[in-house]
Amino acid sequence: MAEMPNNSRLVRLISGLGNRVVNGIWRLGFASRFFLMILVYSGTALRRFHLTIREIYFAGVLSLIIILVSGLFVGMVLGLQGYDTLQRYGSSEALGILVALSLVRELGPVVAALLFASRAGSAITAEIGLMKATEQLSAMEMMAVNPIARVVAPRFWAGVISMPVLAALFSAMGIFGGYLVGVKLIGVDEGSFWSQMQASVDFREDIMNGVIKSFVFGIIISWIAVFEGYDSDPTAEGVSGATTRTVVTSSLAVLAADFILTALMFRGA
Amino acid sequence: MSSESGESLVKISDLSFAYDSRTILSGINMEIPRGKVVAIMGASGCGKTTTLRLIGGQLKPSSGEVRVGGQVVHELDSDGLYQLRRRMGMLFQFGALFTDMSVFDNVAFQMREHTDLSEQLIHDLVLMKLHAVGLLGARHLMPSELSGGMARRVALARATALDPMLIMYDEPFAGLDPISLSVIGELIRRLNDALGASSIIVTHDVQESLKIVDYVYFVSEGRIVAEGTVEEIKASKAPYVHQFVWGEADGPVPFHYPAQPYREEIMTQQAKVYG
Repeated sequence: MAEMPNNSRLVRLISGLGNRVVNGIWRLGFASRFFLMILVYSGTALRRFHLTIREIYFAGVLSLIIILVSGLFVGMVLGLQGYDTLQRYGSSEALGILVALSLVRELGPVVAALLFASRAGSAITAEIGLMKATEQLSAMEMMAVNPIARVVAPRFWAGVISMPVLAALFSAMGIFGGYLVGVKLIGVDEGSFWSQMQASVDFREDIMNGVIKSFVFGIIISWIAVFEGYDSDPTAEGVSGATTRTVVTSSLAVLAADFILTALMFRGA
Repeated sequence: MSSESGESLVKISDLSFAYDSRTILSGINMEIPRGKVVAIMGASGCGKTTTLRLIGGQLKPSSGEVRVGGQVVHELDSDGLYQLRRRMGMLFQFGALFTDMSVFDNVAFQMREHTDLSEQLIHDLVLMKLHAVGLLGARHLMPSELSGGMARRVALARATALDPMLIMYDEPFAGLDPISLSVIGELIRRLNDALGASSIIVTHDVQESLKIVDYVYFVSEGRIVAEGTVEEIKASKAPYVHQFVWGEADGPVPFHYPAQPYREEIMTQQAKVYG
């Protein structure tokens, strides 16, 4: 008899865990179906492109400050750390390569994606969630306007388009930061910095792979952001929970996707 | 309700609806004749708004049907439903205005989405709609700059933007001051008659709605418990209608949420504490 409470607690624990797994799979199914619906109803977002451009302003242009400033500092830190390591082996002229490859291949797409998820992803979720909570989406449906076509798809495509541009700007700013610290502050040879970078960074292997990564991250973040907003409970608590989930889920998804993409892209290199 | 002007615009037959195992509506029958304003009244949570959502096709019934203009709403495919909704207008409880658009753009929204009218013509039509609700001068304001009553009037102008055949109002009087309340009531009646539309008002504001409606259905616990013209309702001796119309705290709708008697509750608690 004394074991009964422990057993029932164990059963509750297992059934609770099972419930969470089943719910997670259901949600993934809903999210996948939602993704297909976005693609199906993307005609409006692409035909009436001004709707998407407006969202590019909110998601992309308004994220510029945080992306550029972060890029500058990340590049400056790379310059300092890179120089410290390289000068031990007498190859401080290779600082340009180190900064550029680190940024173009990895840090640019990944850090820009994490910042984008926090700045724009959360805003998209909150906006759609609040539109749902204040019955704006229901009102749109009752006006015979599909909210997925009119509200969700433009925001999704705005995110997908903005992300590679922001990642490119982040990398460019980072390289500039590395240049400021390495060349202007520490005194690495300017010619070596730029020429070695130019000689070693491959357009297809490095730059294009970085662009592909940031494009994939854009899809992941935008998908999660619009889904969480659309699926949120129409309450203050529901919207705040959805916003948090957007940032957490998309950050983890970006890091996991980065590992998979890196493994696929650079396996033969 | 028997229609005086031929076929009813909305006909609800044996309509039932449940969320999972919780029954919301059970065997509802209603008719909304063309040109009339009909109120659906009842306490909060009795299924009034659910009825509107079933008419608008946002929910599907568990059994029974809703016919609008002769079409069974839940049997329509997505395109058919959207075609039908173009001829409906709906005013939500707190207006549900698009917060990222100005008053003008809110009213112009449906015109831009569903018609090929020129911007000049849309401009003229929007001003006409705003003039009808007395907010011509507020066209440049954003929804956040409007009072509750003004937001409701803009929503009314938006709901009638494409001259619908059916206008549905979900608690149009909720949270309004007496002046705004009277203005909205007046507008609902005036716009309905001017457009030759039919209107359904879901409300629990008895006094204001009885001034403007032609017929009333009372819903309680998912069933129609009374119906009639305004005169019939006012003269009704039915306990539920009497309690509702005269705002009595206790009656068929009890004051107390179901619970053990207070004395028993206390005694049980004390028995637990002191053994």
